[in-house]
Amino acid sequence: MKVDKTKCMYCGSCVGTCPENAIFLEETSIVFNDELCIKCGLCEKVCPVGAITMG
Amino acid sequence: MKYDVVVVGTGPAGSRTAKIAADNGCSVLMIEKRQEIGVPVRCGEGVSKAGLKQIGIQPENSWIASDIKGARIYAPNGKHVLLSEEQAGGEVGYNIYRDIFDKSLAKQAGKSGVDIMLKSSVFDVIKESGKIKGVKVKSMGKNLEIKADVVAAADGFESQVGRWSGIDTSLKPNDVVPSLQYTMTNIDYTEYNDFYIGSVAPGGYAWVFPKENEANVGLGVQLSKIEERGDVKKYLDKFVEKKFPKGKIVRIVAGCVSACAPIEKTVGNGVLLVGDAARQIDPLTGGGILNALICGTIAGEVIGNAVGKQEFNETLKWYEKKWRDKLEDKLYRNWIAKEKATTLNDETFNKIIDTLSGYDFKKVSTIEILKGINQKHPELTRELEGLI
Repeated sequence: MKVDKTKCMYCGSCVGTCPENAIFLEETSIVFNDELCIKCGLCEKVCPVGAITMG
Repeated sequence: MKYDVVVVGTGPAGSRTAKIAADNGCSVLMIEKRQEIGVPVRCGEGVSKAGLKQIGIQPENSWIASDIKGARIYAPNGKHVLLSEEQAGGEVGYNIYRDIFDKSLAKQAGKSGVDIMLKSSVFDVIKESGKIKGVKVKSMGKNLEIKADVVAAADGFESQVGRWSGIDTSLKPNDVVPSLQYTMTNIDYTEYNDFYIGSVAPGGYAWVFPKENEANVGLGVQLSKIEERGDVKKYLDKFVEKKFPKGKIVRIVAGCVSACAPIEKTVGNGVLLVGDAARQIDPLTGGGILNALICGTIAGEVIGNAVGKQEFNETLKWYEKKWRDKLEDKLYRNWIAKEKATTLNDETFNKIIDTLSGYDFKKVSTIEILKGINQKHPELTRELEGLI
């Protein structure tokens, strides 16, 4: 998963939506745990500003 | 480091839980990942006046942005129904500055002796023989382990502490509403909070909550109705272009709202969930502040009791019972109503608003709406049967 930092608001929408709890938000950084990710694509859709791309 | 209670998150749920626990004799630490409490705002910022009063939150001029007379609900065809504050079931009242509101609640906690740690991210819980014993924190370049008899997870929509503790807070795409809001100036000020339903915001609604000199213009869409990346912003930009072509954006607010039925479990051994983290948001309106404060109060009292008795498993279960006694029926009813509402098309919404605008009702309730519809659009009664 790729995050466009020029779009991301660090709002946590992807974190709470991720069914595997595979995303972690610090104040101004988003970290994906690739080992837990199941590539469901919900984070890409839920992002209100479209900052996440499946990669 | 060891406390009786560690509270993760400093929103209304966290600050209220922390304050009440401290008032009941506990040593309490609140942990916040951001550098400033209340910032960035993730909220439409409307709250019920009557509700705040009931909980005992004194209104403060510093966070009241506007006094709202009622709600107007707009159908896709532009017709609307006007609901007074009472008719709207106390869902409107004040529009507030959430950053100042949250800080005020945190200060109340601080004055009760609660310690506060900012710019610190909780990244796991400490578990020992099935009991949650504290949290692991990244704080200003250091990794810390903070022990606690009770961990109160008020970590908002993200709701990770619960999941690390083994409590399932995961959501179905039908029950997730990603939202975006522009705080705008140079638009007409009204004394009403406006709601726009239908295809303008599939499975959700658009809102305009005015303050002095600015208004929150936002929109939420059901996750299962999102087709492409960035759809929420596209819907909002379209809405704004049509309604407020001369408006200027002074703030962007992004966030997500849960709209689920009450989850199965909100306590574990040494841990409890409160506010958005416990999915205590009203699934129909998306309002979460009041429920967070109500449940935070209950959580603080129960935690005080648990710490007094030094028993952190059975005692905490009282929290579960007490908050459900107070809120569960309404949350479940509103979830059913939301499930139904997300299946309706624009034409049906037009008929519903048409019915409501000509119907004299004391308070908006599902039953009242159905009675009215039965009189005016009997052909719809069957479609709406599931609401009963």
